[in-house]
Amino acid sequence: MNMLSEVDVEKKLHNSSNQPAIKMKGENVSVFYGAKQALFEVSLDIREKEVTALIGPSGCGKSTFLRCLNRMNDTISICKITGNITLDERDIYDPKIDVVQLRARIGMVFQKPNPFPKSIFENVAYGPRIHGLVKSKSHLDEIVEKSLQRAGLFAEVKDRLHESGTGLSGGQQQRLCIARAIAVSPEVILMDEPCSALDPIATAKVEELIDELRQNYTIVIVTHSMQQAARVSQRTAMFHLGNIVEVGDTEMMFTSPTEKRTQDYITGRFG
Amino acid sequence: MTDITISNGIPVTDYPRDALVKKRYRAERRFKFYGIAAIILTALFLSVVLLDVLFKGLPAFSEYRVDLKVTADQAALDPQNTRDPVTLLAGNYDKIIRDALAAQFPDVSTRAERRALNGLLSSGASDDFRRMISGNPSLIGQEVTVPVLLSDDADQFLKGYQTSEIVLEGTGTLSQTLNGETYSLRSTGDDFAKAFQEMQGFLFERLEKLTTESARLEKLIPGLDANAASSLQSQIDAIKAEAQTLNARITDANVAIELDEKLPSLLVNVNGGTIKASQISPSGIDGVKLITPASAEAAAPGSWSMLTLVTPESNRRVQDQAAIWLTKMKSEGLVERAFATRFFTSGDSREPELAGIRGALTGTLWTLAVTLLLCLPLGVGAAIYLEEFAPKNRVTEIIEININNLAAVPSIVFGLLGLAMFLNFFDLPRSAPLVGGLVLALLVMPTIIIASRAALRSVPPSIKEAALGVGASHQQAIFHHVLPLAMPGIMTGTIIGMAHALGETAPLLMIGMVAFIVDIPGGITDASTVLPVQIYLWSDLPEVAFQAKTAAAILVLLVFLFVMNAAAIMLRRRFERRW
Repeated sequence: MNMLSEVDVEKKLHNSSNQPAIKMKGENVSVFYGAKQALFEVSLDIREKEVTALIGPSGCGKSTFLRCLNRMNDTISICKITGNITLDERDIYDPKIDVVQLRARIGMVFQKPNPFPKSIFENVAYGPRIHGLVKSKSHLDEIVEKSLQRAGLFAEVKDRLHESGTGLSGGQQQRLCIARAIAVSPEVILMDEPCSALDPIATAKVEELIDELRQNYTIVIVTHSMQQAARVSQRTAMFHLGNIVEVGDTEMMFTSPTEKRTQDYITGRFG
Repeated sequence: MTDITISNGIPVTDYPRDALVKKRYRAERRFKFYGIAAIILTALFLSVVLLDVLFKGLPAFSEYRVDLKVTADQAALDPQNTRDPVTLLAGNYDKIIRDALAAQFPDVSTRAERRALNGLLSSGASDDFRRMISGNPSLIGQEVTVPVLLSDDADQFLKGYQTSEIVLEGTGTLSQTLNGETYSLRSTGDDFAKAFQEMQGFLFERLEKLTTESARLEKLIPGLDANAASSLQSQIDAIKAEAQTLNARITDANVAIELDEKLPSLLVNVNGGTIKASQISPSGIDGVKLITPASAEAAAPGSWSMLTLVTPESNRRVQDQAAIWLTKMKSEGLVERAFATRFFTSGDSREPELAGIRGALTGTLWTLAVTLLLCLPLGVGAAIYLEEFAPKNRVTEIIEININNLAAVPSIVFGLLGLAMFLNFFDLPRSAPLVGGLVLALLVMPTIIIASRAALRSVPPSIKEAALGVGASHQQAIFHHVLPLAMPGIMTGTIIGMAHALGETAPLLMIGMVAFIVDIPGGITDASTVLPVQIYLWSDLPEVAFQAKTAAAILVLLVFLFVMNAAAIMLRRRFERRW
């Protein structure tokens, strides 16, 4: 793909040669919504401090898989999951694992920006507060400021921290949601089509941010945009009909996919 | 016109598009018109009802009092000179007030007349005086002006509900001659000739009424059996006989008309006294005095007047004598119309002029407080559980269906349930706001649950997901984010429910809140009644003055509702601003 500049390719080659540790691991994950099976024994490794993109046509199970990673599917009563998912080699579906703690370690950013209808400050402060990560008022101020800075939003909103978060533009709202997610200092951030509701400029900002966040966090991103996957991710997993068709380094996937289906999909022949 | 043409391969009718569009717009205009007509009609009905209640109810907010100058006599009020509040309360205040009233009318001498005069006053007339003295004992021995409450009949007369009055200034010089008890009044003008004609008019009216009545009754006879027919026939004969005598009285224009209690009363005010006509001829009247004139001198034109009370004396509660006393006190400025604070500060009473809504209002507040305290936490709790936590299975489904069914159960059934459960089984006190509140809580709970669930459901799920995503527990997500967002909706549901409870009567009848209770309830276990039941009770009473009280109580109930709704809107606004 001509999207990848030579510099990008070089950087990615360098990274992959480092062979980073595996942060999360899915083994034979199957998901059933009632009688309907949405995922068929999917296995995927997610490497630490890398961006993993999940691509595939609509309804292929990539969002379902993503939501398994922080047990968001628990809230759907008819949803059943088999197989193993581990975080740092601990099974996250182990009954001894506290789901609240788990979600503090694995943050999530949703498709549509969904800030709480509260002030910008409160949006970011909510997570640290409920997890008891705050020592004092000034400490909280610091956490909020750092999170907003890291999400690249602080400069834009520093004068109106106490205005409603819903008053921001779509792109700002999404970056606020990212700030909210990183305020509890997670290790993994899951992003479910974070740019699908944004215009190209806001998308570019968020993508830039994702690239920066990679320094500190492990990121899994579901996206419909092949270009986006190529731009931001180091590894890509291609889903189709509840199965993983192909997993590999992004530049490999986009330049020489081994599977015909992958090639058809990324060149736009189906999907 | 409806031929099928094939244009671009799609078979459509060739019906002119313009006409179709016009038809569509016509239909839309018609619909708009129906809507506007419905709204106008509704507004019309509503305003008619409101105006009717307003006009009927407003007089109940004012009352007539006589300002009497009395001496707070120590011998009558505090014989031992103790200034002890209990002794002061037991003093004979009635006597002082009655004596002061009698002093206004030196004419009044016989016991019957005195009784009639005292009848002008309310049976609670001395209450204000008693309160005044026991609140400030230093007034004893001094002369004070006391506002004395008039009876409901006197009040109604002064408000103009007993009869309409016609006042005519005398145009000629009036001479009076006294012959035994009978005063003969003659005017040099044609005053009495006019009055005579008027009386003839009244007689004609009565004659006409009698004729139509007898004709109406005669038509009924064929359909009756022999016994009933004969009794009705005798009734008709009596009416006909009366009509005949009336006819005889009218035919001759110069024969004097006897003024009985079935004709309007004609009263002549002259020289500070009043003569009631018992017979009228074109030249003058013969009559008896109601108040003795100060002198027998002839009165100049304009210095005397004729007062006609149009409603015949037999059809009104205030007799001519009382009416004249009241008119005189009014003309002397002794009678004042004032705002009836009593209406808001006293409980129920058998005397309309003393009855107030404080008892019912307090009862309503206690009852609603109990209802709200039970309903809101239970209702919202149930809604949250069913909506967010309960597993979706057969049991919760049955519960859901039953909650919806409960909302449709007639309120009287809840009343019976309350009677059987709370009164008979749990032995809770009868007529108490506690039980009323429990019963109303049963009634309102389904409304609150349904409204709260709808409000919870209307909060976008993305908010809950966002909270879960940062690691909030399910409960935290609901209590920190979903519930506050649903609060305005829940408040609306609660207010609608409480308004429903505020107007509810039937179930409260079943648990005995319909009793006649004078005391103002001091707690949720005291016997009491509530506003709608009070309205129901008053609407049933024969005294005319209670009609105004009923309407006034309805007004208070409406104001109560408006205040509740306004509070709800304000609360909602505040909640919405915080979010």
